[in-house]
Amino acid sequence: MADASYPPELLYHPEHDWARIDGDLATFGITWHAQDALGDVVYFDAPAVGAQVTQNEPYTEVESVKAVSDVYAPLSGEVIEVNQRLAEKPELINEDPYGEGWMVKIRLADAAQASGLMDRDAYVATLGE
Amino acid sequence: MPDAADPATPLRRTALYDRHVALGARMVPFAGWEMPVQYDGVIAEHHAVRGTAGIFDVSHMGEIGAGGPQALEFLQRVLSNDVAKLAIGAAQYSVICREDGGVLDDCFTYRLGPQNYLTVTNAANHERDLAWFLAHRGELAVEITDRAADYAMLAVQGPLAREIVQAIAGAPLPERMHVAESVLDGIATLVCGTGYTGEDGVELLLAPADAPAVWDAVIARGAVPVGLAARDTLRTEVCYHLYGNDLSPERGPIEAGLGWCCKEDTGFIGAEAVRSARANPAEEVLVPFKLTEAGVARPGDRVVGGGEVTSGTFSPSLAIGVGLAYVPRARSALGSEFEIDVRGKMRHAVVAERPLYKRS
Repeated sequence: MADASYPPELLYHPEHDWARIDGDLATFGITWHAQDALGDVVYFDAPAVGAQVTQNEPYTEVESVKAVSDVYAPLSGEVIEVNQRLAEKPELINEDPYGEGWMVKIRLADAAQASGLMDRDAYVATLGE
Repeated sequence: MPDAADPATPLRRTALYDRHVALGARMVPFAGWEMPVQYDGVIAEHHAVRGTAGIFDVSHMGEIGAGGPQALEFLQRVLSNDVAKLAIGAAQYSVICREDGGVLDDCFTYRLGPQNYLTVTNAANHERDLAWFLAHRGELAVEITDRAADYAMLAVQGPLAREIVQAIAGAPLPERMHVAESVLDGIATLVCGTGYTGEDGVELLLAPADAPAVWDAVIARGAVPVGLAARDTLRTEVCYHLYGNDLSPERGPIEAGLGWCCKEDTGFIGAEAVRSARANPAEEVLVPFKLTEAGVARPGDRVVGGGEVTSGTFSPSLAIGVGLAYVPRARSALGSEFEIDVRGKMRHAVVAERPLYKRS
């Protein structure tokens, strides 16, 4: 994705991860800033379905040609689905970080945790872009 | 990649700096210079060089002139290769060694005239190489000159590279491993049939003030700007050494696989140590490897059982992690398997042929 973009309907984590909440389910991914800093993604190490993720802790890694980066869970819960397309097309994380580049879907452990995340404007302010 | 050694010293900029910024390049510190690491993206740039043509700004590299009646004798002292074999208008690869055989730099030398040679040095080593040359001149009738400020350097590489450059050249371009003075779009340029990507192409040495015009002309004819990140993936795929990674003063050329450019009978500084290393090989030797599973091994990763990765990246052309590693000789045969500790996870690797990537 060529130009910086931060959808207003998402919630954001300071480690450059986003969450899209839908009732007691959430989808996670990394932000435009994160994929831009990484460069061309070549591997996404998907966690197992059923794995527990914990807010503020890394739950997997994403690797680019030149670097590897932890991916942090914005919220706690259980992995119910992983994006299988990323195994063959990891570049979706660069091309469409909020859409086709989604990483995991989880069942939230505690929906109230969302109040600890930033909205779009607060996150963008941390970037100083 | 190495940064500026002294954070207080401002980074230097090449004559193409404004072009890189205008093209949206991500600029990073490299060997004391502010250089483009990528424009569009490393994978796209890599494929452009393999498929059509790319242009690199390598003006950070240094140049040293050696001229005079004893220029040949002098270069025989400091360069590992047999400089007597270097004909006028030809290019030759060498290493520069210390007395103990440790490698100080790897370089290309071009013979521009009967007693006129130009050596291109790695940016990080230029000052040290110049001091080394001056310190070892002795009483020889040779003038050593620092030419780094006189030249910008552009590399045009890929299957269409020669066609693109030929279109703006008055005369036929020199062949591979040869060099000739040319005129490109009216600009005096030293054209060298050399490169660091494994593709055909040329490297251009020209006055810094003239470099933007030639850069523009080559891009207008279809070459894609390519940054340092793709330069690394391209050279690693063809197993070219990177000084500071695969080469350093702690290791000699034999264990690095560069015995072919060492001619001990010329008596170069370090020749006896190199001769001895041929007879009594070091414990480890540099090998190309491919990972046999997902992951990327990187410089500094430990080889399980002994050894280390010195070059490592993702190969866009092979779609697998590749690199160069020093491993114990007993485990260096083609097909030997070993494990690399990649951030605590063991990744399986196999010793592969050089080059890792071949044009089909």
